[in-house]
Amino acid sequence: MNVPIEAYLIVSTIMFFVGVYGFLARRNLLTILMSLELMLNAVNINFTVFNRYLFPGQLDGFFFTLFIIGIAAAETALAIAIIINIYRNIQNIFVDKVNNLKH
Amino acid sequence: MFTYTLPILVIPALMFIFLGLMDNKFKPMTSGILGTIGLGIVAILSYIAAYDYFFSVGLIDGIYQKIIAFNFEWLKITEHLHIDLGILLDPISVMMLVVISTVSLMVHIYSFGYMNGERGFQRYYALLSLFTFSMLGLVVATNIFQMYIFWELVGVSSYSLIGFYYTKKSAIAASKKAFIVTRFADFFFLVGILLVSFYSETFDFISLTNPENNELIMKTAGLSFLGISVLSWGMMLIFMGGVGKSAMLPFHIWLPDAMEGPTPVSALIHAATMVVAGVFLVARLFPVYYLGTPEVLTIIAYIGAITSLFAAIVACTQTDIKRVLAFSTISQIAYMITSLGVSGLAGHEGLGYMASMFHLFTHAFFKALLFLGAGAVIHAVHSNEMSAMGGLNKYLKITNITFLIACLAIAGIPPFSGFFSKDEILVAAFHSDKILFACLYFCAGLTAFYMFRLYFNIFWNDNNKEYEHTPHEAPFVMTFPLIFLATLTCVCGFIPFSHYVSADAMPFETHINWAIASASIGVALIGIGIATKMYFKKSEIPDKVADTVKGLYTSAYHKFYFDEIWVFVTKRIIFEGISRPIAWFDRHVVDGFMNGLSWTTNFVSQKTKNLQSGLVQDYVTIFIGGALVIVLIMILI
Repeated sequence: MNVPIEAYLIVSTIMFFVGVYGFLARRNLLTILMSLELMLNAVNINFTVFNRYLFPGQLDGFFFTLFIIGIAAAETALAIAIIINIYRNIQNIFVDKVNNLKH
Repeated sequence: MFTYTLPILVIPALMFIFLGLMDNKFKPMTSGILGTIGLGIVAILSYIAAYDYFFSVGLIDGIYQKIIAFNFEWLKITEHLHIDLGILLDPISVMMLVVISTVSLMVHIYSFGYMNGERGFQRYYALLSLFTFSMLGLVVATNIFQMYIFWELVGVSSYSLIGFYYTKKSAIAASKKAFIVTRFADFFFLVGILLVSFYSETFDFISLTNPENNELIMKTAGLSFLGISVLSWGMMLIFMGGVGKSAMLPFHIWLPDAMEGPTPVSALIHAATMVVAGVFLVARLFPVYYLGTPEVLTIIAYIGAITSLFAAIVACTQTDIKRVLAFSTISQIAYMITSLGVSGLAGHEGLGYMASMFHLFTHAFFKALLFLGAGAVIHAVHSNEMSAMGGLNKYLKITNITFLIACLAIAGIPPFSGFFSKDEILVAAFHSDKILFACLYFCAGLTAFYMFRLYFNIFWNDNNKEYEHTPHEAPFVMTFPLIFLATLTCVCGFIPFSHYVSADAMPFETHINWAIASASIGVALIGIGIATKMYFKKSEIPDKVADTVKGLYTSAYHKFYFDEIWVFVTKRIIFEGISRPIAWFDRHVVDGFMNGLSWTTNFVSQKTKNLQSGLVQDYVTIFIGGALVIVLIMILI
């Protein structure tokens, strides 16, 4: 079975823009964080696919993917810690309510 | 040698600050006595200075030296140009010291009686001290800039003293008028100073007026502007300042109104001292005028003669006694100005200069006497109007006699002081310009006429006039200055003035020119005769005369409509024609442009401030939009 590269790219594009939409349209910080993960994973797919199809003998793309997964994990841990603190302070996690510093 | 002249300036200055600060903390009498004692010390020091200067140290090799008694470099502008404050002693400044301190002392004493019980008595004495300080500083100025500073100080103190009764509308208006008119003239003075000092690179009087190798004249030689030499412009502008302070045409309008102030103030400021500042200024710079710009000197002489004639005619028709005196002051100062204008520099040529200073000297005493006498009359009848007076010789014996002496002096009857000085002026004019002489000669007759019109209307005329309150003679503090000044008026004509004051500082001999003297006595007697006929007893003649020359009489009564012309010029032309459009332009175009700028900035920021929502999603939207646009551009290109 030989899946063409475009199929992967279509999937990753859809994932990325779903992530963008979720990032822009949702107010809940957790959903925004999930959208962010979606975008990162779309990028991951791109990295692996391009590595697999364009430079089959090399591993650079895979390494980048692993790095991104690691950084994303760390980032999520950090973000959730912040979100929990926000929740403790203002009793919700809607992004448009986080405006204490503005006033 | 003359270090003791410094307190002459310092005492009144400190006295002003002291009395001004203490104000109501003192009892009125305390303030008055302190001020008078201070002035007494100043007067004594002035007399000592005059004695030392004229009789022991001033005269070296037959020339009166210019002595710098004290000098302090105040502002250094460039290497050569610096403003000093100091004391310059020369014949005219020493003479002015004597005049100012004497008259001021008399006014201080007199005011005890006249201002007794007035509100602000302490303030009055503080201001008198300020004025005396400024005037003394003006006459001893070592440089023209110091003179200008004190010149303005004199204007300020005159302003506050005219407006002494600050609850009276007319007094406020008069004080403002005096200040603005003289200030307007002083503007030209300042421009003149700057112009002259720009070329001469010095403010110093001694180097400015040096008759030999005068740098100012050499440096400005050949320079001209609009066809008139630069030096003439400068000296003319400087003279304009003098025109303002000395109330010459056309800036005379403030002086009659200045009579709203207390009468002793009129005697001090608006008769004896401040108004002769213009004469003093021309005398101070006389060598420059004579050597550098003789044509300006001619203009000065003619301005003086015209003013003198004008003021004398107006004085004949006024009914407020202080205004008559005000116009007579203008007329007499114009005499001095004319006399300076016709003078030469050396020896007997400089007769006009000497005569002018002599007249300044004698006039200060008899005019102060006239004003103080008028003050005693006003004190007695509580009115300024001639119609409210008459027959006062029965009640005011001392005032009557002293007033008569002053009238005789100003009319030029020997042996009173006015005769001698006026005679010298007429002689000087006669030898220089016959038109000026005719003008002054006619004025001499008019002077005698209007002074005796005043005298008879106050003291005789209506002998059986009934008064609601019987007028009473003034207290001794008021009659003493009258007697003192009357004595001076009787004797100071015999001072051989040319031995002390002359244009080139060298003493010379003068003799009374009996031909002209008898002619002037003649015309004075004619004037007095006519006045006696018309006003000694109540008669119909004055009204008839007024009817026959109705046009002249009405316009003279309205002071030849000068005030109306000034109002027209300032209000209709300057305010409405020039200032209003400028104000409109400023408000709508200049301000409009600036307001437009701020409005635009404001508008734009109002509209764009929503970009800064603080919501992370908005920022991301814009960021992504921007990224997409860049991608689009990269794809298309």
